[in-house]
Amino acid sequence: MIAPLPLLQQLVLVLAAIVLLTSFVLLAQARLISAIHVFAWQGALVAAVTAVVAAAGGAPHLYFSAVLTLGLKALLIPWMLHRLARRLELDRHVETLRLPTLVVMAAVALVIFSYWLVLPMVQEGLAFTRNIVAVSLAVVLIGLLMMVFRQQAVAQVLGFMSMENGLFLAAVSATAGMPLVVELGVAFDVLVAMVLFGVFFFQIRESIESLDVDRLNRLKETAEERE
Amino acid sequence: MDHLLSQVTAWGLVLLQALLYAVLGPLLVGWVRKVKALLQNRRGAPVLQPYRDLRKLLVKETRVAHTASPLFRAAPYIVFVSTWLGAATVPLIAVDLPTAAIADIIVLVGLLALGRFFLALAGMDVGTAFGGMGASREMLVSALAEPAMLMAIFTLAMGAHSTNLSTVIGHQLAGGLALRPSILFALGGLTLVAIAETGRIPVDNPATHLELTMIHEAMLLEYSGRHLALMEWAAQIKLVLYGALIANIFFPWGIGESFSPGSLALGIGAIVAKLLLLGGALAIAESVLAKMRLFRAPAFLNLALLLSLLGLLSHVILEVGT
Repeated sequence: MIAPLPLLQQLVLVLAAIVLLTSFVLLAQARLISAIHVFAWQGALVAAVTAVVAAAGGAPHLYFSAVLTLGLKALLIPWMLHRLARRLELDRHVETLRLPTLVVMAAVALVIFSYWLVLPMVQEGLAFTRNIVAVSLAVVLIGLLMMVFRQQAVAQVLGFMSMENGLFLAAVSATAGMPLVVELGVAFDVLVAMVLFGVFFFQIRESIESLDVDRLNRLKETAEERE
Repeated sequence: MDHLLSQVTAWGLVLLQALLYAVLGPLLVGWVRKVKALLQNRRGAPVLQPYRDLRKLLVKETRVAHTASPLFRAAPYIVFVSTWLGAATVPLIAVDLPTAAIADIIVLVGLLALGRFFLALAGMDVGTAFGGMGASREMLVSALAEPAMLMAIFTLAMGAHSTNLSTVIGHQLAGGLALRPSILFALGGLTLVAIAETGRIPVDNPATHLELTMIHEAMLLEYSGRHLALMEWAAQIKLVLYGALIANIFFPWGIGESFSPGSLALGIGAIVAKLLLLGGALAIAESVLAKMRLFRAPAFLNLALLLSLLGLLSHVILEVGT
């Protein structure tokens, strides 16, 4: 029963559930630009969860994390990805997932798996946010699944970044946030990774004239023979 | 004596509720059409027009194709009765009516499936191409919509520990205004299912007889007169049924909790207001959205199934054990 929980804590649960939903949308979204927008929304929702946890749990240092997440994951990185997609002329890129229903059902199975994994921890009883640990683990695993099933390099980066969102959510919900130094370090890491990805995109495209990473598996000679 | 009297009142209310479903059906459809017309800058037909259409069809001569079997003649009655009976089990103005004993969600799904089965059979009976095409499409949509609907409903049933509609609504009323992720997801899933099952845009277009896009209309092409009237009336009742289901399960406030005249009047007022709001929302959604290709419909219903599944999972993960 959820009724006795205060309103703010209910809000945290609802927001966490919507983060999980955005993970699914990200997984199934075929249009690259829309996927980037969904990723931005996911970042904003994670920031909102952090802010509400800060308000409900009385942890003022989390407000700083929330602002950092909002600025980085909801604004700066989506903007960089957006610009990259425009410069790589991928604005109208549509990637059809093979077997979309199967992939989504695999993601549902991952949610159940992560719930099963977290169950002993939930019974220990941490804070009111302990139930969200399963959700954040599921977000991490779905990000991984996205990196496995998407062939497009930019979409794989989105999966990677949403994994980071899940890790951040886990940190917030399990231990009320990491120390400030660690958080700043992670934020910087993510930013540097983003810049490196940008460089790599151009390198990949130059060498195989596409961002379909499946083509990296082929030997160059066979690829030429085929053409 | 008192006991007998209360029994008579209760059963009278059951009858009143069933009649209300039959009366509200055409009214809701007329209201949706009126709002849509206003949104398109047309004056539109009066809200009462569906009643006139039904009366016209009821007095008209009923013709049946000479290749039709007895099933073709029986189907309109079966479809109408099963839909109406299904509707009568959904609490409309009050909970805890005597029909609460059979107001089980699985019974409701079964009754609707029975009606749909005979509708599809009737579509194929005469042997015209459009009838068979419509029947196969209807089955495609409903085969995908039914699991999503059951999942959404199981989400609610898990909270209330019962699949009885009256108990579920009572549980919602007792829980008060609480934000629950599972309820939000179930609402989303059930709304998508309702749109698909009642044949509204973006799955089916109720206002067209265009060959390539129609689903529900294609099965009714061979019907005329009172058979057609019953089929259309059943579809209108189904729309109210889904509206009442969504309104009363997710927003149960205002429904009559006792049989006193005051609370019943409040119940009627509340359900009419909720249906007007839902009908207006439906009309706006239909004006904004375009109809999907038929082959996109499975993706639409997969989304409904996903939402319902997430509702179920978030109930287990986020809400149990707190």
